[in-house]
Amino acid sequence: MNRRDFNQLLSMGAAGIMIPSLPAFSRSVSPEALLEPGLDVAVKKRLADAALNAAKSMGATYADVRIGRYLNQFVLTRENKVQGIINSESFGVGIRVIVNGCWGFASVGDARNESVVAQAAKTAVSIAKANARLLTEPVQLAPQKGYGEVSWKAPIKRNAFEVPVKEKVDLLLSCNAAAMQNGANFVNNVLFQVNEQKYFASTDGTYADQDIHRIGPSFTVTAVDPQNGKFSTRNSLSSPMGMGYDYLQVNPSDKQTGVTTRYNKGYDMLEDITLAAKQAKEKLSAKSVEAGKYDLVLDPSHLWLTIHESVGHPLELDRVLGYEANYAGTSFATLDKWESKNFNYGSKEVNLVADKTQQYSLGAVGWDDEGVKTKKWDLVKDGILVNYQAIRDQVHIIGEKESQGCCYADNWSSVQFQRMANVSLEAGKTPLSVENMIKDVKKGIYIIGDGSFSIDQQRYNFQFGGQLFYEIKDGQIVGMLKDVAYQANTREFWNSCVAVCDQSDYRLGGAFNDGKGQPSQSSAVSHGSATARFNGVNVINTARKI
Amino acid sequence: MAIILTKEEAKKIIDKVLSYSKSDEMSVNLSGGRTGNIRYARNAVSTSGESTNLSLGVTSVYGKRSGTATINEFDDASLEKTVRRAEEIAKLAPENPEYMPMLGPQTYLNTDPYSENTAKMNPDYRAQATFESLDPCRKKNLTAAGYMEDSTRFNAIGNTKGLFAYNRETSVEFSITVRTADGLGSGYATQDVTDVSKLSTKNMTEIAMQKAMASSSARALEPGKYTVILEPAALVSNVDASLMVALVRSMDARNADEGRSFLSKKGGGTRLGEKLFDERVTIYSDPTNMEVPSGAFSGDGRPQEKITWIEKGVVKNMPYSRYWAEKKGVKAIPPGGNFIMEGGTQSLADMIKSTEKGILVTRLWYIRPVDPQTLLYTGLTRDGTFYIENGQIKFPVKNFRFNESPVIMLNNLEAMGKPVRIGGNLVPPLKIRDFTFTSLSDAV
Repeated sequence: MNRRDFNQLLSMGAAGIMIPSLPAFSRSVSPEALLEPGLDVAVKKRLADAALNAAKSMGATYADVRIGRYLNQFVLTRENKVQGIINSESFGVGIRVIVNGCWGFASVGDARNESVVAQAAKTAVSIAKANARLLTEPVQLAPQKGYGEVSWKAPIKRNAFEVPVKEKVDLLLSCNAAAMQNGANFVNNVLFQVNEQKYFASTDGTYADQDIHRIGPSFTVTAVDPQNGKFSTRNSLSSPMGMGYDYLQVNPSDKQTGVTTRYNKGYDMLEDITLAAKQAKEKLSAKSVEAGKYDLVLDPSHLWLTIHESVGHPLELDRVLGYEANYAGTSFATLDKWESKNFNYGSKEVNLVADKTQQYSLGAVGWDDEGVKTKKWDLVKDGILVNYQAIRDQVHIIGEKESQGCCYADNWSSVQFQRMANVSLEAGKTPLSVENMIKDVKKGIYIIGDGSFSIDQQRYNFQFGGQLFYEIKDGQIVGMLKDVAYQANTREFWNSCVAVCDQSDYRLGGAFNDGKGQPSQSSAVSHGSATARFNGVNVINTARKI
Repeated sequence: MAIILTKEEAKKIIDKVLSYSKSDEMSVNLSGGRTGNIRYARNAVSTSGESTNLSLGVTSVYGKRSGTATINEFDDASLEKTVRRAEEIAKLAPENPEYMPMLGPQTYLNTDPYSENTAKMNPDYRAQATFESLDPCRKKNLTAAGYMEDSTRFNAIGNTKGLFAYNRETSVEFSITVRTADGLGSGYATQDVTDVSKLSTKNMTEIAMQKAMASSSARALEPGKYTVILEPAALVSNVDASLMVALVRSMDARNADEGRSFLSKKGGGTRLGEKLFDERVTIYSDPTNMEVPSGAFSGDGRPQEKITWIEKGVVKNMPYSRYWAEKKGVKAIPPGGNFIMEGGTQSLADMIKSTEKGILVTRLWYIRPVDPQTLLYTGLTRDGTFYIENGQIKFPVKNFRFNESPVIMLNNLEAMGKPVRIGGNLVPPLKIRDFTFTSLSDAV
């Protein structure tokens, strides 16, 4: 969280509450304002043309413009209290140009007439000219055909902003009450909803109008044992999704039952929070894990984060090349490994794909933020590293003729750059259920839900926790464990993958706020998988005495 | 309109907005600023930009219902419309049972976290500072990636109870990572200042270059418990979570009272007054400190004062929200705007000289909580990790993953150096025994 934004928000009336910050340059509005239509598409085209023409007339060899309206709503509760409802809107224009072989970018808020956007285009051109003096190699932009006037809309059934705030508050408070009745001492429950209305235009001749929706319910239930001075928590097993309020519709066919219920495209918050309260209590007296090697059975609600950190990030080409060296780092997956065509990223069971078109995913759009039509492509095929994620000004480095369509800016005020596509582990091709997978495990741990996560700056060494840990002995789940974290090396870990369950177990997990870049930008991305088994992974015990 | 308003200009606007109020209580927040940045990688500038913002927020309150509306237009009609909108939102908002009435007039310390040198920074200044960092790296066939961000901003708040507060502030943060051409060595340095004339990108780059060259071809040591010297950038980060910030921010009284903090007491209550750390550990906040000045008031208008959190290892004070303080009948101490950890007089070189066997750690990275009960964190060393023997740096070592709690760390204290500014705080380099490294990393 940006400390300055947070301080500002606190000073604006939300004192004492841990509340997410308002996005950059956004304003607080009424819930009704979130349903007001944005600018008409014809007006947006006129503004875009004004910016593009201004840039071209000042010497730009390429220009693109993004007119963005970003709407957010947070509903924040704890126990039986509403802590806050935050509605925000942010509107503005970002213009990117190439002049003298160098990028320039400028943005302007509340730009509703041609002269304002033309002025921003001028600023972008002047920045490009200034930076060209320090240039070592000119920008090489992969060619891109223009698509004319096109549009894309997220496949939502119920727009979350059309749902009255009261309905949302009632849902959260009734769930909180269920948690308290089932043994929770505290519960924090938040609903976050996003609508990005983005208009993109470029000198290539694409005018893409897109309407993107995301929803993210999440809670933490805490159980306290005051006599022993101990506490434990259990977070929701929901995932942020590229869906509308329809994600909160309970649907039995979206449930995977078992040791606890896990969810696909429909999330039953009441059921999950009730189970969470009982499990948080159970955790207090669970057996502390004995450190050692275990076979891990990882549920998709957990494995998404391991995929995100150990596959999604290291296969970003800009990281491989060194553009993130001063912040998030570089990558072990260097170009020579890819060029060798025989680098075993994982075992033969491991097929990892990047996909900007996957339905209900957080990263799905029709066109990316530089006008490239989105697609799906292989990253790791039968265990071998075959590709990266790259955008127009870098894709020539890996011999591709067109961008893979994964360019994104988190706001009109931010410059677009390479961001992670939805990166997912493909389900196994032979039928395999979770039950049958567990039956074969002699000494193992079944992990559900994401927890603590950390990985080095080249993505070799990682450590992950989780929400629920179950001990497997001789093919049976024998009880709950606690104090579990596993440490591994990315390549060793993916090569220890011996089985992936079939498509019937495939589900999406995801991150609402993946950070990258300086100044830091946030992006939302999904990662799908079915439950997968990894043999002989090092597990540590995290209990300490202070 | 100027972006950085004076105290008088800000008060005039706030008073006008307050005069439109029809609600039980109303507060106005007026803030603005300019940030500029320049980023480079692969020895060339990658992005650079500048943005300005000036906005006014109004929070209206009826009973325990509050609503906020914001605007960045300042004509009378727009301002009045914003007040009406905040009032409409407030009337429809659910009650917040923990709402606290607004504060009346407060007395604030004189703090000065502002520098005209920083306020005057422009693209040419940033480009020159970048050149001074890039040029030596290019000449030595090293690869630089760096980032500089400067900010000049003001913030004023006022309310219908008579409170008024104004602060203006500048800051510059710079960081540089230098890598050897073969990718086997990496070094890092960072500096943050209020006054940009105290920042030398050249000197910082020189440190990062030396670390990059010295860290090449690191040897592997077995993970385990080691004596470590943690440089200030390993204790506080400008860009990531860190062990010392995690400790200071985990001291909230309500969490401790509720039994879900490392400061919760067995059987109920908090561990206020208990000795939890080595007796040399003293940590306090002071907005008037000349090296790390910070704002005179917290977000809700409470005065920032000099306050000691840990004194000689004993927990002396904990931050309270106003709601929780009233419930507990204690003073509502806000979280500090900075923190200062007392140290010694030794330089880093002195600390190395007095070390028989140990590891020098430049920085720690990707630090995440593992267990909030014990404040156990994990993360890794990065950009310059070296083995020390008989008072000398012997060779670079491969990076380690650690699993350690700042509470345990500050009990295993061997020595403290001279505090330096990092992340707006003052922190000394620390020598710690039995720091827990749990695995090796191949990352450079």
